Amino acid sequence: MQVKGEYKPLIVAFCCNWCSYAGADLAGNNRLNYPDNVKIIKVPCSCRVNPMFVLRAFQRGADGVILCGCHPGDCHYTSGNYYTRRRMALLFSMLNYLGIEKERTRVEWVSAAEGAKFAATMNEFTEAVAALGENKRLEDLRCKK
Amino acid sequence: MQKVTGELLINKALELLDNGTVNRVLGWKRGEFAYDMTPAVFADAEELKNNFVFNDFCGANFSKYLIAETRKEGKVLVFLKPCDSYSFNQLLTEHRFDREKVYAVGIPCEGMVDISKVKKAAGDGILDIVCENDGLVVKTLYDTDKVIDCKEVLAERCVSCKSRKCVAYDELLGENGDVLDSSRFDEVEKLEKMTEDERYAFWQNELSRCIRCNACRDVCPACTCEKCVFDNPDSGVENKAVSDSFEEKMFHIIRAFHVAGRCTDCGECSRVCPQHIPLHLLNRKFIKDINEFYGDYQAGAEVGSRAPLVNYTVDDLEPSEAVQKGDADNA
Ligand code: SF4
Ligand code: SF4
Ligand code: FES
Repeated sequence: MQVKGEYKPLIVAFCCNWCSYAGADLAGNNRLNYPDNVKIIKVPCSCRVNPMFVLRAFQRGADGVILCGCHPGDCHYTSGNYYTRRRMALLFSMLNYLGIEKERTRVEWVSAAEGAKFAATMNEFTEAVAALGENKRLEDLRCKK
Repeated sequence: MQKVTGELLINKALELLDNGTVNRVLGWKRGEFAYDMTPAVFADAEELKNNFVFNDFCGANFSKYLIAETRKEGKVLVFLKPCDSYSFNQLLTEHRFDREKVYAVGIPCEGMVDISKVKKAAGDGILDIVCENDGLVVKTLYDTDKVIDCKEVLAERCVSCKSRKCVAYDELLGENGDVLDSSRFDEVEKLEKMTEDERYAFWQNELSRCIRCNACRDVCPACTCEKCVFDNPDSGVENKAVSDSFEEKMFHIIRAFHVAGRCTDCGECSRVCPQHIPLHLLNRKFIKDINEFYGDYQAGAEVGSRAPLVNYTVDDLEPSEAVQKGDADNA
């Protein structure tokens, strides 16, 4: 995504309602900085994220997609994030197999107490994606403005 | 050349029809061309005697047909090749049909041939093909008859066959084979060893040929949803030719993902693709990853096993580790 001449990657962050979204909130309350081009989408649990959502995000112009959920063992629904972990392991491995840059996708576990981790993760991920430049391999030209 | 003959199967079918075990038979009959064996349902003895065929072109896997067939009155007879029997078990695991309404006869398989390889070997203008003991006798418009050794034109899935063992049957014709130590992941490994750019170019070249006929989905015995995501009018990708390179990738990633852990590697998708896209390389990547990440798993080997994507252990590997594993740049 091009923002006012200077390139800023668009990051879509799926955050589960119970841990990671609260973690993002805490980052905000603590006035910790993270890039404003990270767009958070709240989901009930990380396992709500269907592989199609990830691809859709790329289609609509995301340059990087990150999933955040409760730490393994801490999922509000007991085991949701264990399924997320398997699904995303396979999906990301497949994307890599198709030659799509592996730095564009990530899963990170962030608890409600980890505001600092949330901000640091987003800073770091945004930087990594910025280094790759725009997403060309999974983009949909029709969605370009 | 198949060891079991059409005659043997017809006799078995006649016997089972006659003694009332079944009231119809799922089998193959000749279609438009000599190499085009289409699935058919036979309800009476005459039809069976006249039209039933079994030869080296009978690749079609009947397991999926059982979903519709078992909703009808009475029992149906189905012939299962070893790879079909894995799909059969997988469908039973997912409660997709009623086992009580099927009589399954397992048949050994010597491997099916790929018509595009035959065409390459025999040239254009094929008039007729006869499957004989020492191979295929091909009559063409232009040439004298050619004899082709079946071994040389075997379908890719049969070259790297995972198992010659029927895993589901009520009765077996002939000898059961063994699970094979196959080379089916070799091609996947080759791709993994390429650089990211090479892999991208490879898949771009393959997937851009897709015409979205949906044949791969329709034939797949693991794709059995009554309403498919790709039929959803809100999805923007419903039943249509791709109009952007994103769509072809998305279709193939999602198609393969939806059967991950349930795909038995029967090879039907690659067989039916009119564009010769190596879909098995996508499925096998998932199978290989699952084996490496979560332990060996063969879908359909037994009824009732829990598919790896609806299962977990607390110390599964993280997605970032998974990606590193399949990456040659770091190897
Ligand atoms: S994806 Fe292909 S190989 Fe796997 S079960 Fe479906 S048709 Fe068979
Ligand atoms: S069968 Fe081949 S051409 Fe048809 S939708 Fe599948 S991959 Fe595309
Ligand atoms: S609720 Fe947070 S991952 Fe399930």
